[in-house]
Amino acid sequence: MREIVALIVVLGPLSLLSFGGGASILAPLHEAFVTHYQWMTSREYVDYFAISRISPGPGAMLVTLIGWKLAGWAGAAVATIAIFLPSSLLCYRVAKVWNRHRGTPLHRALEQGLLPIGTGLTIAGAILTQHTSQTGAIGWLLALTAAAILVMRNLHPLLVIACGGSLMLVLRAVG
Amino acid sequence: MDPNPPQHDGTLPAGPEQPPQVSLGTIFWIFFQIGSLSVGGGLTAWLYREIVEKRRLMPEADFMGAMTLAQVLPGINMTNLSVYVGQRLRGMPGALMAMLGLLIVPFFAIITVGSIYAQLKANPALHHFLDGMAATAVGLLLAMGIKAAKVTRMQPLQLAIVGIVVVLVGILRLPMVPVILVLAPISIGLAWKQVAAEVAQSEHARGPDA
Repeated sequence: MREIVALIVVLGPLSLLSFGGGASILAPLHEAFVTHYQWMTSREYVDYFAISRISPGPGAMLVTLIGWKLAGWAGAAVATIAIFLPSSLLCYRVAKVWNRHRGTPLHRALEQGLLPIGTGLTIAGAILTQHTSQTGAIGWLLALTAAAILVMRNLHPLLVIACGGSLMLVLRAVG
Repeated sequence: MDPNPPQHDGTLPAGPEQPPQVSLGTIFWIFFQIGSLSVGGGLTAWLYREIVEKRRLMPEADFMGAMTLAQVLPGINMTNLSVYVGQRLRGMPGALMAMLGLLIVPFFAIITVGSIYAQLKANPALHHFLDGMAATAVGLLLAMGIKAAKVTRMQPLQLAIVGIVVVLVGILRLPMVPVILVLAPISIGLAWKQVAAEVAQSEHARGPDA
């Protein structure tokens, strides 16, 4: 029960403080569960992070796993709801207001103005992700090739991603 | 080569106010697929492909505007974006279906992977494969950005803003939120001039209109 309460107390506020995506919650999570409560070791935390990278879905599912470790299925459910619900409610409110004014000149200007920002952030996010993944020149080569192919042909992402995985496997086996 | 690139200017074909009717089941199904198959990252690019390119439920500008909102608001970008898309298509039930669809498989998957991780960890081939998948998923995101710029036929000024964001956030690694807070008003101001000119023109053509 202490664990469940802690999950809510830590993750609920974090949900509304995590600006700029999932990576921003990593340090506070470590601080709370490894340093403060000492419910898991640093090694375990790093492993959990690795697991979140190889599982489908947003990287923030890491908290689901932490919840599961601390308090079983109930912990997993509580952790997931605590990290996603507050920010989702806020986003819902904003989306509703935003879409209510759809069609007005001001809304069109806002949307057209945010279009290049969102596009730039997508490309910047790709560069940042590639930088953190530390796959080096081969990684860049794969990323740029995949991008070129996908701009020209509308292939299924799963197909392209699976090819990328296999290629890396072969390249590393050879090199 | 690109067979028939889709061409439209950011307004929905049938009435600018409402997206085409989509069933809640379809919303659930779209997000269920993305949630289940999105190993290796690049979820936004998957969503863009399904919602904008394949099903044409939202125009590019709408989606990219939502992307920016999702980044500026606290929370995980992908879930914020899912809430937005769900809300846009079907209000509260749509947002719920999107979130449920997105998270249901990952919820059980991460616990499953967590319980067998010790066995997986020993296998280096898996890590090489995952590294390759992650690098390729970066390619998905790059392609999404390039296609969005192409399809919306951005003006030189808009392309310049794209470039500035890429350099500041992607290369110089400045914090994202302050960069958005400075650049968004400038970009919106430029767009406002354009939109105001269009409005004046169409009012001139149609006469006074409520």
